Amino acid sequence: MKQKRMQGNADLQKLTDLAQQLRRDTIRMIHHAGSGHIGGALGLADYMAALYGWAMQYDDLDPTDPDRDRIVLSNGHTCAVWYAALARSGLIPLEELATHRRMGSRLQGHPARKAMPEYIETSSGPLGQGFPVANGIALSLRKRVSQGRVYVILGDGELQEGQVWEAFMTSAHYKLDTICAFINYNNIQIDGKVEDIMGIAPLADKIKAFGWHVVEIDGHDTASIVAALSEAASTKGKPTAIIGNTIMAKGVPSMEGDAKWHGNTPNDAETEAALEAVGTNNRFKDFPIANRA
Amino acid sequence: MYSGNKAMRDAFGDALADIGAQDDRIVVLTADLTDAIKVGKFKERFPERFYQMGIKESDMIGTAAGMAIDGQIPFTSTFAVFTTSLANQAIRVNVAYNNANVKIATSHGGVCVGADGATHQAFEDVALMRLIPNMTILVPCDANEAYKATIAAAKMDGPVYLRFGRIPSPVVTGADDPFEIGKARILRDGKDVAIVAMGAMVPAALEAASILAADGIKAKIVDMHTIKPLDENTIIESAKECGCVVTAEEHTVLGGLGGAVAEVLAKNLPTPLRMVGVLDTFGESGEPQEILEKYHLTYSDIVKQVRLVLKQK
Repeated sequence: MKQKRMQGNADLQKLTDLAQQLRRDTIRMIHHAGSGHIGGALGLADYMAALYGWAMQYDDLDPTDPDRDRIVLSNGHTCAVWYAALARSGLIPLEELATHRRMGSRLQGHPARKAMPEYIETSSGPLGQGFPVANGIALSLRKRVSQGRVYVILGDGELQEGQVWEAFMTSAHYKLDTICAFINYNNIQIDGKVEDIMGIAPLADKIKAFGWHVVEIDGHDTASIVAALSEAASTKGKPTAIIGNTIMAKGVPSMEGDAKWHGNTPNDAETEAALEAVGTNNRFKDFPIANRA
Repeated sequence: MYSGNKAMRDAFGDALADIGAQDDRIVVLTADLTDAIKVGKFKERFPERFYQMGIKESDMIGTAAGMAIDGQIPFTSTFAVFTTSLANQAIRVNVAYNNANVKIATSHGGVCVGADGATHQAFEDVALMRLIPNMTILVPCDANEAYKATIAAAKMDGPVYLRFGRIPSPVVTGADDPFEIGKARILRDGKDVAIVAMGAMVPAALEAASILAADGIKAKIVDMHTIKPLDENTIIESAKECGCVVTAEEHTVLGGLGGAVAEVLAKNLPTPLRMVGVLDTFGESGEPQEILEKYHLTYSDIVKQVRLVLKQK
């Protein structure tokens, strides 16, 4: 089925329900895999739900449609929530989520183009390296006179990589208004708070100075996300950055904002507690996990 | 096509403009070195397909990968040393791991930058590229081959690293000679020693063969224009026929052509082998010819190594 780009008014309740299910999926995927990056993934659930539930144009029957919208997950370690969104959008089988990080799975520990070129435009993981690829895709879309948009997602710690600023320059220099960058500004990286490790503030001013249109929002408020995505799409002549002020591991109070949950895996009890905090919604069924101990 | 002395980078620029006229998926990106790597001709003819990326090599490579993923055939252009070291991670992940159809074209391979000194001399670029899966590596030996390598790279699907020289060098292959990626060419037959050379060392090897011939030593000259995938059969057959091998490259002997040939022979047919190349050191400023002499990269160095390896037979 084809989802058209930003069709009609977004159903905010539907998107928040989807985000909560993406959180459930993410927690269960990472617990089942025994490793992964849960905090950043949970924090991106609201944005990912708005992209796949409303903003993006894609077609599961024609996944390589040349005019589809693209995602480049430059902070590739948060991929669990992306895989969950692909499954909840009907693009990959729900059962496949149980294979994440396993040998032979398409759902590699960091996104691998080789595994799923129709949905994963570029392999990513080494920070700073997805963003330039997004610019290249946008340049090629322009050359082909396609309306496709490119959504690049970046971590805040990732912005310490110099290459990110090279890419900011390129998008602005070429006036790539089909590029929309989302910065997951949760102020947490592996070693602690971003502002303590290597500060990136004042972030909005910096990105504006690089020639971008900048929107700052609460990255968990679906109405704000939808409004920012609309604003990005109607901003011409320059790329738009959405600075999403987020809370790492949002939705699971016992994990929220704690750097420990950048890369730790919840044990059985912590997983149960996290799922309880996120809650259930009878619109969705959890994906099956075979042979679960 | 070309004769006498001609710089490979000029032939690259000609080929790019020609293939650009035939295929509008060809796009060219440069990192502030339009004239140095001779992509100006393409820029003049196809300005809408020419992308100036500024002095940011990693970003150029990543952007090119994105364009390739969406169906273009990008050629990136800068110096060999900047591409392979500065942008190594982008080449590894964005280009090679994605198997993106990017052609990484470089000039100033080897010592030919001369006076610019060690920071600008690419001695390890081919070794760095050899380590990366999915990468095809082409090191043409003269202008005619550089032209054909460029066309062949554009026509194959997948990442390619192309290394060109800066200074005019002797044209030793004909316009009508065949060029097939992965198939080494025998430029001169001989049964006493096989000299396997790449790039600008091929003309030097031919010169060495003439000198050796005066002493009755018949050298087989192998033009190894494709370093990856390596033509192992030709190496093994040549070693079998001649009983000893000398490699010659304007590059470190560690992990480059010498290393690659040593791996093949050690595994398949242990054969006396000596290498002419840079011996694990940085370069320095000087005229290209002065540097070639100081670092033992001339035809007379090849002759010397041949005489030594013959004693090991």
